[in-house]
Amino acid sequence: MKRELLTGNEAAIKGAIASGAKFMTGYPITPTTEMMEHWAEAAVIDKSLKFLQTEDEMSAGFAMIGAILAGVKSFSATAGPGNILMQDAFSMAENMRLPTVAFINQRGGPSTGTVIYSQQEVNLTCFGGNGEGLRIVYSASSGQEMYDLAIKAFNTAWKYRFPTFILADGYQAKTLTEIETYMPQEKQIEIVEAEPYLLGDKGEKRALRNTYNLEEDLHFLIEKHESAFEEASDNIVEYEEVQLNDAELVIFAHGIIGASAKEAVKILRGTGAKIGLFRPITLNPFPRKAALDSLTGKKYILLAESSLGQFERIVKYNLYGTKIAIEKITKPAMGITAEEIVQKVEEITRSFSGTSFS
Amino acid sequence: MKKLQGALVEPAFPKSWRKQSKPHKFCPGCGQALALKILGFAIDELGIQDKMVYGCDIGCSLLTWEMFDLDTVQAHHGRVLPTMVGFKLAKPESIVIAFMGDGGGYAIGAQHLVNSAMRNDKVTVILINNANYAMTGGQMAPTTLISEKTTTTPEGRQENQFGNPLHGPEMLSKIIDDKAYIARTISTNFGDCKEKIKKAIQNQIDGRGFSFVEILSMCPVNWHTNTQASLDFCEKDLTKIYPLGEFK
Repeated sequence: MKRELLTGNEAAIKGAIASGAKFMTGYPITPTTEMMEHWAEAAVIDKSLKFLQTEDEMSAGFAMIGAILAGVKSFSATAGPGNILMQDAFSMAENMRLPTVAFINQRGGPSTGTVIYSQQEVNLTCFGGNGEGLRIVYSASSGQEMYDLAIKAFNTAWKYRFPTFILADGYQAKTLTEIETYMPQEKQIEIVEAEPYLLGDKGEKRALRNTYNLEEDLHFLIEKHESAFEEASDNIVEYEEVQLNDAELVIFAHGIIGASAKEAVKILRGTGAKIGLFRPITLNPFPRKAALDSLTGKKYILLAESSLGQFERIVKYNLYGTKIAIEKITKPAMGITAEEIVQKVEEITRSFSGTSFS
Repeated sequence: MKKLQGALVEPAFPKSWRKQSKPHKFCPGCGQALALKILGFAIDELGIQDKMVYGCDIGCSLLTWEMFDLDTVQAHHGRVLPTMVGFKLAKPESIVIAFMGDGGGYAIGAQHLVNSAMRNDKVTVILINNANYAMTGGQMAPTTLISEKTTTTPEGRQENQFGNPLHGPEMLSKIIDDKAYIARTISTNFGDCKEKIKKAIQNQIDGRGFSFVEILSMCPVNWHTNTQASLDFCEKDLTKIYPLGEFK
C-alpha cells in the first residue's frame, strides 16, 4: 500500500491494472483521454498489456468484446457522445451476458455537452440500448473511489457477467488528490479470473449469437437474464450512509455531489441540525432495501444532482409508496457545492414553518 | 454384390460445416450458400478448424451463426470486423474470419474496414457483394449498379443522386500495406473462389497482414430473376462493373 498524488484518470488505470486488466480499447474524448494515454504508457513498460486506439467508440466497444471472448480482461473508457456510440456494444454485451467494463466520465448535455461537471449520463449508462438495463453501474465520488471501484468493477463484471460501468466526471477525472493505491491481495480481495468464451477447451465448438428466430426464444432468454440480475443484485448493491440515525432530513446524492453532500452534513451537524446522507454507490442495481430502511422515521428528503432529474427518477421509482416530502437541487452541467446544499437545507427548514431540524 | 453407389454417397459437405444446422437458411438460388461451402472446403484444406474463430455480421450473413462447426460469434451490424480484430489481438495464435455483406463492409461498417486495412490487422474479411441489401428486402447498397432497380431506387440507381457503385477491393488496395492480400472472386467459380479464399487465410496464417476477398453473388429473390437470369446478372453484368482479380 502506498499513497500517491494522482488524477482520477490515473487512479482508474492503476486500479484496472491492479485488477488484472490486460487490454484497453478506446477513442480519445475529453475528459477521458488521459486514461488511454496512461494505459498506452503503461503498456510500453509492461508488455503483457495490450492497447488498441480504434477509429471510433463503436469499434472500441466491439474490439473490447472480441478480446473478452478470447478470455482476456478487457475494458474501455469514454464520455458523452462516445458513450452513445458505445451503447451498440454494451447492448450486445448485455444480451450475451459478457463482462464488459467501461469508465464513463460524464459530460453535461445536450449534444457534446461540457466536460467538467455532469451527472447526465445516468439514464444512458444505466438503461441505454435496446435492452432492459441489466447493467451494473457504480458512481464514484472521488479519485480514491475511482481506484477502489476500478478494482471492484472487474471482479463484479467477471463474476456476474453483466456490463459494468464506473461513472465519474471531468472534475474527478482531472483533479489531483492523494490516493491510497494497493494490490487487491493486500486487502484480501480475491481476483475473479477471466475465461475464454471461444477457443477455450478443445472439444465441442461454440456458436454465440444475439439473433433469435422465435419471439419466445428471446423472451425466455431475457427473463433468465433478468432473474440472474435480480439474484445477483443483493450481493452487488453498495451505498454509504452518513449520520442517519437521528436525522430528520436525508440527503440523497451520488458521485461527486454525494461528496458535496457529505461535507454539507458535516457543516450542518456542526450547527446541531439533524441531517444525514444516503449515497448509493451502485445506481443500478439500486440499493432499494437500504434506501427504504434509511427513511424510517424521517421527515424529508433532499435530492441533489447535476442533472434535471435522472437520479431523481431512479430514487422515486425505488421509494415508491413512501410518504415523505421531497425537495431537490437539480443543476445539469454544473457542480453543486456543500454551501449550496447547506443553504437549501436551511430554506427547507424555514419553509416548513414550525419544523426544526435541530 | 455390387453396392448401390448412390445410396452411400453423402452430399459433398465440408468437414467444417455443422451438419445439424443443415439445410442452410439461405433462399433457394442464393450465391452465399455456394460461397460459404467453398469457404468450408478452404478451411478443411488448410486444416485450421480447431484454431479458427468465425465471426458473422448482420444482414443475410447472420444466417451463418451456426453454419460451421467452428467457434463462432455473431455481432451487431457492421461490427463484426472490430470484434474479430479485438479477438485476434487478444489471441494472436487464432485464425479469425469476419464474414459480412456489402452493407456491413461498405456502408454501416465502412470506417472499420478502412481503418482495419490501414492498420494491416492480421484478420481475414470475406464480403459478399450481391448489389443490394437482401435481408431487409432488396434496398440499394453501395454496390447497387447504375440504373439497377431496388425498393429504395424504384426508378433505378441514379448517378447524380447516389453516386457510382463502390469498388471495395480497388479502394482498399490503394491504402494498404504490400503484405496485404486483396481480391475479388465470384461464388459461381468454385476453383477461383477457393483459391482466393485460401490465399487470404494463408496470408493471415503467415502473419503477413490484412486479407480481404469480395465475392460476387446471386440474390434471385431480390433481383426477381430466374436461375438463368440470376447467373447472367452475376456473371456478366456484375463482373463487367466489378472485375475479378487480385488487387494486392
